[in-house]
Amino acid sequence: MKAGYYWLVVCAVLIASGCSSLGVKPWERNLLAREDMLMDADALDLAFDEHIYFSKEASSGGQGFAGGGCGCN
Amino acid sequence: MQLSKKKIAGLLSAATCSLLGSAAQADDNPWDVDSAILYYSETDRVMAIEPVISATKDLGDDASVSMKLVLDSLTGASASGAVPSTMVQTFTTPSGNSSYQVNPNETPLDDSFLDTRLSYSMNWETPIDRNNRRNLGFNVSREYDFFSLSGNALWDHDTNQKNTTYSYGINVELDAIDPVGGAPRPLTAMLAQDKMSGSESRDIVDLLFGITQVIDKSSLFQVNLSLSEASGYMTDPYKFVSVVGITGEPTSQLFESRPDSRSRQSLFGKYKKMFANKDIFTVSYRYMTDDWGIDSNTFDFTYRFNMKEGYFIEPHLRLYDQAAADFYRYFLSDSEPVPQFASADYRLGELEAATVGVKFGQQITEQHGWSARLEQYLQSGDGAPDVAFGQLTQQDLYPDVEALIVQLNYSFKW
Repeated sequence: MKAGYYWLVVCAVLIASGCSSLGVKPWERNLLAREDMLMDADALDLAFDEHIYFSKEASSGGQGFAGGGCGCN
Repeated sequence: MQLSKKKIAGLLSAATCSLLGSAAQADDNPWDVDSAILYYSETDRVMAIEPVISATKDLGDDASVSMKLVLDSLTGASASGAVPSTMVQTFTTPSGNSSYQVNPNETPLDDSFLDTRLSYSMNWETPIDRNNRRNLGFNVSREYDFFSLSGNALWDHDTNQKNTTYSYGINVELDAIDPVGGAPRPLTAMLAQDKMSGSESRDIVDLLFGITQVIDKSSLFQVNLSLSEASGYMTDPYKFVSVVGITGEPTSQLFESRPDSRSRQSLFGKYKKMFANKDIFTVSYRYMTDDWGIDSNTFDFTYRFNMKEGYFIEPHLRLYDQAAADFYRYFLSDSEPVPQFASADYRLGELEAATVGVKFGQQITEQHGWSARLEQYLQSGDGAPDVAFGQLTQQDLYPDVEALIVQLNYSFKW
């Protein structure tokens, strides 16, 4: 379990350090600005899925917070 | 003195104009309303209907407020954790006032499962400056035997010409659990009905650190690292663990017992790519690990085909697997000492799951759109484990869970 935790941190640091050379100019964002290209597009679907899988499996969160406000364990 | 009064008056009038301007601008902005209803039905088990309405208003100057109301109505049966037997089994309902019987060779299901949940959340996003935003929110949720209150704060920091966004978040949740008939004393016999007085509670603190990165004109990715610490009552008060004799027949049913703390860490990654300036491929992966011994992997894929006149169709595939919790037990043997923790809740067992579905919809105008989603969920585990003996080798100790998911969405401006 501890090894898994260290891997999480190492991956996050590597990804963070590799970001600075990527990107576009402000006037090149027309596709990225579309609603269906947002990371939280279809927010209600994501919330439904989170609730369903929270109550059927032992994992939750990831994209958002893990707490569920639900008594379904 | 006169000058500074003038300055102050000027500043005040500028501020008033700015506020009035913002208010007027905010009044011009309609509410973006998303509504949906979910129908979820498991074969021979739980059925849920969940209407949701969510509304967001642009307050001007990059500030917004959003609200969400969820009603969740559940009925049906849920696996109690007890093993099947070749004989009729009798179980006491959670209230302790009545009982129900389970036929020979059938998985014991508690069919007294009935609940309604009402949840309300609100979020407020405001800019701090050109490159920083904050989002504050709270959620309150009420069920018959459960109450939850949470507050969260998220800070987004843009850099690299807004191509990179760092997110830092915290969520604090306080839950009160008031089980029907009282919380049973862990690992005591069902027949003893040894219940503790008062309600139980648990606290959860989640920390989130995320990076969203634009790669090029048509793709971006997100990586989140989440830490979650929960402490308090984590046991399911309605679940049993069977104690079996030498023939594999259950001799008693004990209420389950879980540790009173749980630490979880997860790494989540999501990648979106637009093809041919219209179709969108999305893939995400989550690795989760915790100190209960559960490791899980979740893959999620969608491909959205955007067609003419605002129509779209989006196939979806989700794959999930998890390792069992250290204290997960199919059953306990009456020849062994009772452990400190034990649960036969199938959701803590080793399992695999797949969801296959499709979503179809149309963005009719900028003002409104609709969509419909149809999905099938299948969860399976090892129904014939090596630990089984006697009559248990003839039983399915981990029956599949199959569910149908139907969802209708309608969005409009108001």
